[in-house]
Amino acid sequence: MTDFIQMTGIGKSFAGIIALKDASLAIRPGEVHAIIGQNGAGKSTLIKILTGVYRRDAGDVRKDGKPLAVSTPREAQDAGIATIYQELSLVPLRSVTENVVMGYEPRTRFGLIDWKAAHARTREILARFGVDVDVTRQLGSYSTAIQQLVAIARAVSLDAKLVIMDEATSSLDDQEIETLFSVVRNLRDSGVAVLYISHFLDELYQICDRVTIMRDGQTVATHVVAETTKLGLVSEMLGRDASEIQAAGLTALSGGHGNPGEVLLEAEGLRSKTGLRGTSFNIRKREIVGLGGLLGSGRTEAARAVFGLDAVSEGRVRHHSGAALDTPAQAIALGMGFLTEDRKADGIIPHMSVRENITLAMLPRLKRMGAVDRERERELVAHYIDALQIKTSGMEQPIRELSGGNQQKVLLARWLALEPEILILDEPTRGVDVGAKFEIQSIIRKQVADGLAVLLISSEFEELVEGADRIVVLQEGRSVSELQNPGITEGALINAIAHHHERSVA
Amino acid sequence: MLDTNSFDLRRFLQGGGHSFGVWVALVAMILFGLLRYENFGSAYNISSFLNYNAMFIVISVGMCFVILTGGIDLSVGSVAAFTSVIAAYLSPFGIEVALPGAVLAGLAIGCLNAIFVVAMRIPPFIATLATMLGAKGGALVISGAQTISIDWTSNFTKLGMENAFGLLPWTIVITAFVVIALWVVLERTSLGRTVLAVGGGEDASTMMGLNVNRAKVFVYALSGGCGGLAGVFLASGFGAGQPLEGVGWELSAIASVVVGGTLLTGGMGTVGATVAGALLLGLVFNILNFENGRGVISLSAYWQMVIRGGFLFVVILLQSQLASRAKGVTQ
Ligand SMILES: Nc1ncnc2c1ncn2[C@@H]1O[C@H](COP(=O)(O)OP(=O)(O)OP(=O)(O)O)[C@@H](O)[C@H]1O
Ligand SMILES: [Mg+2]
Repeated sequence: MTDFIQMTGIGKSFAGIIALKDASLAIRPGEVHAIIGQNGAGKSTLIKILTGVYRRDAGDVRKDGKPLAVSTPREAQDAGIATIYQELSLVPLRSVTENVVMGYEPRTRFGLIDWKAAHARTREILARFGVDVDVTRQLGSYSTAIQQLVAIARAVSLDAKLVIMDEATSSLDDQEIETLFSVVRNLRDSGVAVLYISHFLDELYQICDRVTIMRDGQTVATHVVAETTKLGLVSEMLGRDASEIQAAGLTALSGGHGNPGEVLLEAEGLRSKTGLRGTSFNIRKREIVGLGGLLGSGRTEAARAVFGLDAVSEGRVRHHSGAALDTPAQAIALGMGFLTEDRKADGIIPHMSVRENITLAMLPRLKRMGAVDRERERELVAHYIDALQIKTSGMEQPIRELSGGNQQKVLLARWLALEPEILILDEPTRGVDVGAKFEIQSIIRKQVADGLAVLLISSEFEELVEGADRIVVLQEGRSVSELQNPGITEGALINAIAHHHERSVA
Repeated sequence: MLDTNSFDLRRFLQGGGHSFGVWVALVAMILFGLLRYENFGSAYNISSFLNYNAMFIVISVGMCFVILTGGIDLSVGSVAAFTSVIAAYLSPFGIEVALPGAVLAGLAIGCLNAIFVVAMRIPPFIATLATMLGAKGGALVISGAQTISIDWTSNFTKLGMENAFGLLPWTIVITAFVVIALWVVLERTSLGRTVLAVGGGEDASTMMGLNVNRAKVFVYALSGGCGGLAGVFLASGFGAGQPLEGVGWELSAIASVVVGGTLLTGGMGTVGATVAGALLLGLVFNILNFENGRGVISLSAYWQMVIRGGFLFVVILLQSQLASRAKGVTQ
């Protein structure tokens, strides 16, 4: 079979720093091809070269055996390549419909945009993903998961020959991922190739035919997925011996063995305009409390309410100090932190350096005799860069130049460095590779042992089940049950979510 | 979740923006004028009001497009001064030559802005500041810093005086046509939607495969062309090319756009609200004139400016109040 896309000997460097060297990739028509690799391995850079976002320094790209000259994303789309970029490339200010149909709007006889048809088409495409939203509203008013589904819907609707998904499942829950997979299978069956980038190795075994492994800007191997083992893939990704990795035990973390202290924060019967309809839970010292539930069950909303970001109409949030907790400023003053799920909107300051992004919030504390103690600042930043394995050319590199997973780690470092009393983590390891995920989880564990209380939200059941000491299950804005570790299994969690789900439907 | 089928007046007027306040203020001002002054609603007042404000409406709408992409065009006032001189020089050849000639001259300056901003990647504020000074100088050079009278025998004079189809002055009809055409462009064409998308996120728009550069070239050329048309109206309104006019017009235009609820950072706004903003600012003067006319108080032009500034502030405050209330409702 001839390859649909063939990239050979691709080289790319940014301001002298090598991002790709001699990378090669071959995609066959109608296959689902995965790329895996650590954060900063060059996965996103490789696809951006294919789609004309970046210009390559060296190498050759061919489509159907003929040289492919693409210098803008538009030309890539016209050549049949549709892409969902890792940093969601949509316009939150504009409506859902516009974000789906832009550039390919249905027209009336007079050549004008036919909005009625556009809305209808958008609704229809989104319905395939089980999404039913008001498509005339601003995209930015919806959750990250919905935005991600909108991006996927757009790409799938472009009638491409190759659909590229750069970590498209990072904020989706299991059910949505299932829906996505069935769409991917449909695409494959109709001869469309899919390039699938993910840090979830399990997903590979479910839908991918072949996998290319990247390490340090190089493609190290391509395998048929069915002929690989998870351990083998991880060892090739990290460039370490399989036996060594097994010894380290990449998933050895589990909750419920701690020794929780007094209650630090208590939410009681929260109701809000954002969709909470009776959410209660508490968080104790030295404890990780997970919030479990499906998309739209109110997990993020509960966290926002507790942090004072959204007003509650009924119920109350009690802080152990007895102080009022109605605004984010009060929450922060009380020693609370919130790592939000939307790193682009709420988190990173793109043009600032890694150092500044980590220490910005804590500068007052770094002051000594009126001036910032630069020495201590650098020490601290160096510590977190090392501890979280942040891949950067130096602490002065602008954060926007870091790979997606590494930006996430910087944000996490910012909050950890503040040493809060209570830390809310909304999808803390989104887009982080398997190796670093383990490191992050063990660092959080360590701080929890020292007294930190964590409220953890994750759409990855595994992360919840293994990371949390307790899981509060939410359903349509209500807390319906609570599971206690040790002893929670993924099955038990899914049951708890599904059980109540059925009951409420009936 | 909102009911998708119900008709929401507020959302309709806002067009997704924050423009409810400008409509409220406009209606209130008109009612106030109608109730307080006898001749406020007279055909003469309406027609002369629109005739005079046509040039401000036109540059405001052009400015609106530029701001929607997240840019700015400081050159419009100078462009109008420059093209008013061109129009005056071309007036002996008749309106058929003078109008397109002046608009093309404005378009050319707009294209120059586009080259600076798009091809040379100079920040719009600086690029259009340069053309603002250049066009101003150009107007003074070609006119010798004198007003240039238009040819009274040519049909150019008809523009402001003769009614189109026996209805309204040509100036108003042309302005209405431009406004409607640009409204359609923004709401119903791919180009218009790209303008909005670019302001909402330039990188994202590029990655979506939109032609970002084309949209930017379009808005700067358009704004230049609108400046050119305003120059024609200026010349016809004063009976002469006015190389010294146009000072501060760009700020009035920006004010109209902002009062109309358009985000200064781009991505959200409408043509209708911008026109409403321009009308509102014009009405403040109109009403102050009536007030002076009653002889109870007498305000100098300087005080009128102060009052207009204060009024602007109040409307913008109202705007943001209504916007945050609307947010609470929908989210
Ligand atoms: N615009 C840029 N300027 C400078 N360096 C860059 C730029 N884009 C990427 N890099 C660097 O290139 C390397 C590869 O980044 P890339 O985004 O391709 O990684 P990735 O494999 O997609 O990682 P992740 O899993 O975290 O998304 C990183 O070291 C990154 O810092
Ligand atoms: Mg990436």
